[in-house]
Amino acid sequence: MSKQSRRDFLKTTAIATTAITGLASKKTKAEGRGVYLPDKAMGVLVDTTVCIGCRRCEWACKTAHDMPTPPLENYDDRTVYENMRRPDYTSYTVVNEYENDDTGKFPIDVKVQCMHCNQPACVSACIVGAFSKLENGAVVWDESKCIGCRYCMVACPFQIPAFEYQKAIQPRITKCDFCSARQAEGKLPACVEICPVEALTFGKREDLIQVAKEKMRLYPGRYVDHIYGEFEVGGTSWMYLASQDFSKLAFPKLQRDPAPGVSESIQHGLFAYFVPPIALYALLGGVMWLNKNKKSESEEEQL
Amino acid sequence: MNGYTKPQPITKKFFTPGVIIISTVALIGFAVLLARYIFGLGAITNLSNQYPWGIWIGLDVALGVALAAGGFTTAALGHIMHREKFHAIIRPALLTALLGYTFVALSVATDLGRWYYIWHPLIFWNGNSALFEVGMCVMIYLAVLYIEFLPIVCERFIGRINLPGILHLLNKPLDKLLRILDRALDKTMFIFIIAGVVLSCLHQSSLGTLMVIAGPKMHPLWQTPVLPLLFLLSAISVGFPMVIFESMISSKSFGLKPEMDILTDLARMVGPILFIYLAFKIGDMVIRRSFVYLYEINTASVMFTIELVVGVIVPLRMFLSPKVVKSPAGIFIASCLVIFGVFMNRLNNFIVAYNPPYSFHPYIPSLGEIAVTIGFIAMEVLLYRAAVMIFPVIELPNGAAPKTKYAIKGVK
Ligand code: SF4
Ligand code: SF4
Ligand code: SF4
Repeated sequence: MSKQSRRDFLKTTAIATTAITGLASKKTKAEGRGVYLPDKAMGVLVDTTVCIGCRRCEWACKTAHDMPTPPLENYDDRTVYENMRRPDYTSYTVVNEYENDDTGKFPIDVKVQCMHCNQPACVSACIVGAFSKLENGAVVWDESKCIGCRYCMVACPFQIPAFEYQKAIQPRITKCDFCSARQAEGKLPACVEICPVEALTFGKREDLIQVAKEKMRLYPGRYVDHIYGEFEVGGTSWMYLASQDFSKLAFPKLQRDPAPGVSESIQHGLFAYFVPPIALYALLGGVMWLNKNKKSESEEEQL
Repeated sequence: MNGYTKPQPITKKFFTPGVIIISTVALIGFAVLLARYIFGLGAITNLSNQYPWGIWIGLDVALGVALAAGGFTTAALGHIMHREKFHAIIRPALLTALLGYTFVALSVATDLGRWYYIWHPLIFWNGNSALFEVGMCVMIYLAVLYIEFLPIVCERFIGRINLPGILHLLNKPLDKLLRILDRALDKTMFIFIIAGVVLSCLHQSSLGTLMVIAGPKMHPLWQTPVLPLLFLLSAISVGFPMVIFESMISSKSFGLKPEMDILTDLARMVGPILFIYLAFKIGDMVIRRSFVYLYEINTASVMFTIELVVGVIVPLRMFLSPKVVKSPAGIFIASCLVIFGVFMNRLNNFIVAYNPPYSFHPYIPSLGEIAVTIGFIAMEVLLYRAAVMIFPVIELPNGAAPKTKYAIKGVK
């Protein structure tokens, strides 16, 4: 009897060990709902050295999404730049202004919206899989699934998803959807289309990286040597060029590893084909059985 | 054993001055809760786009789950390790876990923006999500806890169902049903008991995985890939202290003597567990070299130090002392410290450590949030009191009645 159970024990230990090794080997692979397809993924390159801070993109975005907006003339008001703003349910994108290191030069304007990560933390985190990454790179949210737990907000490294706290019924998670509806009709994202100075360039993500590099080569000294979003958290669809360090423009400093990587490998390690839980179950069952037999004199004690 | 007889319902007055105060607190909590459901999260909480999770997740859920760990740790000790001595504490611990998880579920619902979709994870799966795993495990475990409690219900009502009026026709069938249930459960209970322990290990650790994905938003003192392990170990280490704490409080409130012989033995086991937890916590800190953040004094480093020194090291020292584990005051204080330590740990992990890149003002829980949190605790205490008066949960010391166990056969 005890030989038998020792064999069982060894077997379960072996399974558990395999599961743990599985954890180690899965380390780099972070798959989500929909994967990054290099030849299909679109993107936008934002050249902050060109942006004039006219905030027309904000207006266009709201208009394209049927959100209430003041008339276009009001957007000339530059006092909004006194405080940093973040995207929320009233606007999926906002432009902020930062001082230029190079005194005497114009301040630097930075448009903010969802980065449409190649390996999005929000997609990995969402408890019901309400977020998904489309073939064209857009990360979109499914109204019908969301339960409003706000884990996506905890997960997003760029702090993008916003929540309608003021609503008691059907509050939404709001964020830029890369104008998926317009893109499906073959149109440009609204913000890209309206930009009067072509600070926003829409195209295949891979091509945009070449465009960015070409710009850096053509205008030496104009840009810092960093395409923000090329490698951050495994790469993002939206990428930025700037004349000064991105940390001074309130971009978070991020590593190259995809944001969901560690969490997903732990998750998959704990649950590799349900082997670890079952192994634990077997182990505990064995222990219980052994202990009960050991004390079988005190019968009547069966559970 | 030890002059304790089988568990029986406590016969005492339900309302005492203390209970009335607790009821008031519960009522206030309930009123705020109502307001939250009518006016939405924004009206009651200080949550924002910067701080999406507050104390309802950090304390009500994460701490609630940890403090309900007494349920699975005593089940493991009593049923799986088969240490009969501890059977007396299994039922109270089970009841606490059951109420604890019920309120965890309620807290989750309260925090969900779309609480009426709380069942969505059952049909929309995302195996990549740590939260999905926590949600599923907690749901299943809650069901398991209720199943584990069923024999106690059977024990209470078999042969004693007495519905008034026309309903008396149901007495017989109901009684039969309970008997069948009791017999079926008697044979299969071990399946649920093991499942309960496995599920607990899973979601206790996955709760730790939750914050891993927040990556650099979390202070490096706490952000580590071994968070799941630390959460599991801290939950296990708080299991017995929680049982000790509750056992002493309820003994006091029902005018019983604390069951020191059992509690001392429990207390002896806390030291080693706490030591393992401490070893991992410090080992992790050394390996990741995160102790450099302790050199400067700020909220994070102070909170971390309090958590570690007051909540782990001091009680560890106390539980290792043979004198302390024999004194009621000693183990009570030491248990309180461990509970405090886990409270600090969950608070730190979910709130103090969370530093979003763009925060305009820090998150401080609103009065409404606090009222709900305290209100839930008050409701739990009241329900516990009611439950031990209705069901045979607590063993009373009255001499030499023969000992029966967990599953009772029929009526006496
Ligand atoms: S920026 Fe945030 S919300 Fe947008 S895709 Fe990345 S993780 Fe998701
Ligand atoms: S709030 Fe909605 S979209 Fe965000 S993680 Fe929760 S269920 Fe998913
Ligand atoms: S891509 Fe569309 S949704 Fe996103 S910021 Fe531009 S206009 Fe708004």
